[in-house]
Amino acid sequence: MQFHKYDVLIVGAGGAGMRAAIEAGQRARTAVLTKLYPTRSHTGAAQGGMCAALANVEEDNWEWHTFDTVKGGDYLTDQDAAEIMAKEAIDAVLDLERMGLPFNRTEDGTIDQRRFGGHTRDHGKAAVRRACYAADRTGHMILQTLYQNCVKHGIEFFNEFYVLDIVLSDTEDGQVATGAIAYELATGEIHVFQAKSIVFATGGFGKVFKTTSNAHTLTGDGMGIYYRKGLPLEDMEFYQFHPTGLAGLGILLTEGARGEGAILRNKDGERFMERYAPTIKDLAPRDIVARSMVLEVLEGRGAGPDADYVYLDCTHLGAEVLESKLPDITEFARTYLGIDPVTEPVPVYPTAHYAMGGIPTTVRGEALRDNDAVIPGLYAAGEVACVSVHGSNRLGTNSLLDINVFGKRAGIAAAEYANSVGHVELPDEPAAMVQGMVETLRSAEGGERVVEIRTELQRTMDINAAVYRTEDTLKQALHDVQALKERYGRVAVMDKGKRYNTDLLEAVELGFLLDLAECLVNAALARKESRGGHAREDYPDRDDTNFMRHSMSYKVLPGGSTGPDPDAPLGLTGFLSDIRLDYKPVVFTRYEPMERKY
Amino acid sequence: MTSTAAVLDNTANTASEIPAPDGSVTVTVKIQRFNPEVDSEPHWESYDVPALPTDRVLNLLINIKGYVDGTLSFRRSCAHGICGSDAMQINGMNRLACKVLVKDLLAKKGKPTTITVAPIKGLPVMKDLYVDMEPFFEAFRAVKPFLISYGNEPSRERIQSPADRERFDDTTKCILCACCTTSCPVYWADGSYFGPAAIVNAHRFIFDSRDEGAEERLDILNDTEGVWRCRTTFNCTDACPRGIQVTKAIQEVKRALLFKRV
Ligand SMILES: Cc1cc2nc3c(=O)[nH]c(=O)nc-3n(C[C@H](O)[C@H](O)[C@H](O)COP(=O)(O)OP(=O)(O)OC[C@H]3O[C@@H](n4cnc5c(N)ncnc54)[C@H](O)[C@@H]3O)c2cc1C
Ligand code: SF4
Ligand code: SF4
Ligand code: FES
Repeated sequence: MQFHKYDVLIVGAGGAGMRAAIEAGQRARTAVLTKLYPTRSHTGAAQGGMCAALANVEEDNWEWHTFDTVKGGDYLTDQDAAEIMAKEAIDAVLDLERMGLPFNRTEDGTIDQRRFGGHTRDHGKAAVRRACYAADRTGHMILQTLYQNCVKHGIEFFNEFYVLDIVLSDTEDGQVATGAIAYELATGEIHVFQAKSIVFATGGFGKVFKTTSNAHTLTGDGMGIYYRKGLPLEDMEFYQFHPTGLAGLGILLTEGARGEGAILRNKDGERFMERYAPTIKDLAPRDIVARSMVLEVLEGRGAGPDADYVYLDCTHLGAEVLESKLPDITEFARTYLGIDPVTEPVPVYPTAHYAMGGIPTTVRGEALRDNDAVIPGLYAAGEVACVSVHGSNRLGTNSLLDINVFGKRAGIAAAEYANSVGHVELPDEPAAMVQGMVETLRSAEGGERVVEIRTELQRTMDINAAVYRTEDTLKQALHDVQALKERYGRVAVMDKGKRYNTDLLEAVELGFLLDLAECLVNAALARKESRGGHAREDYPDRDDTNFMRHSMSYKVLPGGSTGPDPDAPLGLTGFLSDIRLDYKPVVFTRYEPMERKY
Repeated sequence: MTSTAAVLDNTANTASEIPAPDGSVTVTVKIQRFNPEVDSEPHWESYDVPALPTDRVLNLLINIKGYVDGTLSFRRSCAHGICGSDAMQINGMNRLACKVLVKDLLAKKGKPTTITVAPIKGLPVMKDLYVDMEPFFEAFRAVKPFLISYGNEPSRERIQSPADRERFDDTTKCILCACCTTSCPVYWADGSYFGPAAIVNAHRFIFDSRDEGAEERLDILNDTEGVWRCRTTFNCTDACPRGIQVTKAIQEVKRALLFKRV
């Protein structure tokens, strides 16, 4: 076991983690722990853009952006946070430009902007050009630019270090965060990192689903670690399905394609979004477009041999627009489906894409232990966090924005806090839980396989907890997930070695996925209404009287303990235990909830 | 320490437990294995696995790992060619395993298909397809891969015309996968050469109209480990999964050095 001491730890090196590191690294002694090389993070997959009311190509302002974000989130968005994000968006884009990000340019040489779903002029009058972009690799450019600036500032990285636990110490003033426990992939060694503050930026958990735009590595580790400490996860039932995944594969085709004029059509060639969102049509927010696509298929207007997808028609855009503004997605369709978007419509279907929920935080990125109280020293930013700026449905481009605005805020807050306090002592044997889990897994002889449990989890989640849900499907999903958790207790890994043992780590990641799937389904069962990314066939309307509030899921730990439990699978305390659901009020400032029409 | 015993070359592991969907065919995947914890040197192992023509080679590796031999180790993340994790030699060529489809590797006329997979060359092999990426990233960091500017920061964005932006577009696409550098004969012969990926990333800034660090970078590249080592064999260009004109970029850097002008 190795021991390290820093002021600030950042866990995760995607957009949120590196944006935080650039701030913290210039203020305090900072280390970034990341299970992937920074440039492998899934922020690099983001395509379409990052919104900011720069008004470079047409009239726009941050108040319109705030309104769109609130309405897009079906009024579950915390309005104070949305306002901060929309205001600070402008500086966030300019910061990136100064760091060197090569945005596409207008003829005048300013940053070019394009349309995106749900972003409108003057409170819904028409689509507005608000998304700053770099072809269809905006996320790639953000990730590269942030990494380049980390190199410039000499930020210290621990690459291929998997953080598997956080350390909390009890003090007279309550619990404070004091460190993180990491597993070094190359050697199998456990490392204890002591710090004064810790920023979680571990991204999403799309791998609970089979059809997803998310990377294999997006297994929700940060949320899982947090939750296992008995700390809450907010709004877990709200998972976004992006309308245009390549059918059957889930690989994403950016909404920027529709921003450039591409059209969704059913098997009859009809532009069906005209029926569902007469004003902004194909550029309605994702929840509405995804639901509409599923309805088209359910009502028999799906295309293809099994009538199970619709088409994204880009043929009228012309080769020039596709090659210059959407080159990567053009190539994805060619490579993976053998279809050329220049001449043929592309088969698409909703794909699991983005977690609106996660670790509840304040607008300074401080992690919350309940509805109000923070855990001193603990911060979260990016997809792992829930501020909540996205409410029940995130607008396209608002995540790249979120990771920059709140990554920066969390980095600054974590460093300032670290500079104001001393190191707090670690508890005895801080790594005991992780050591126990790893050793149990390495020596386990049970008959269950990671790949089989994972496949079954993803299958039931795709069938029972995707775009449309009912009491019955969710109960089925909950039943399945709990049965899989039981089986997880008998999981065995084949690789018993220490070096690069990804077999073992996949088993650990699966444990997080199971926990998070259970949270998602459990919160979805309790929310008997339809709102944003959560559509209940049996409760088709939004119910503001009972459900205008955030859900908070807590793991009920036996006797309140968080130490290792010799009787639980892999020594994971309360792995099979219940979830306690609580609720948290939504923050309103200037917008009254209205019916959502586009 | 225990580990699955190595099954040598010609006796293929049968993978009856991998689910075989309709339309799948059996292909043999022959993988160079090496675990320094138990092996004294690398060896080949073969696996007969069901594969759909539309499968990515990465899917086959994931299935082998999941169902047949969990000790098989390789990097992967995005699974669609944008994170740069899974560079490996596939049938002798540097490719991303998630961007090569089985249909493009099937033998003609229903003959049996063998797909060989080995780690990229020129970086130390740590285990199976895992290579040590540190030397690669070190070369990248050495060329100052970040925008350098002097004087006051502008309050708005810097102005850059679409034509100026276009000038370095190609080299902004790099995902640092190392396919190019580890296909370069000069790099194999002498690891102190920066390698094409580092030069591509220097190019990305040298030809960016907003950057003022061209001279510092060109000085670095003019060094004995620098661009002059390149013998213009185009391996790197052929290997790049992003379609970057790597050799052309290197030529442009050479020209900038010769004529002191970007
Ligand atoms: C295909 C695709 C396209 C998208 N397009 C857009 C778009 O156009 N606009 C937009 O706004 N949003 C878009 N999004 C959403 C957006 O890209 C993501 O939500 C955002 O990039 C998440 O960033 P992050 O920094 O929170 O996480 P990530 O970039 O996923 O980074 C997570 C980091 O955490 C690390 N990590 C995870 N677990 C551990 C652990 N246990 N220990 C140590 N490190 C760990 C990983 O190594 C990684 O570095 C898109 C998403 C996808 C999938
Ligand atoms: S062109 Fe130059 S850099 Fe590229 S492979 Fe050949 S020698 Fe190496
Ligand atoms: S230039 Fe191409 S091959 Fe080389 S590292 Fe970049 S993306 Fe990979
Ligand atoms: S897994 Fe990301 S490039 Fe292949």
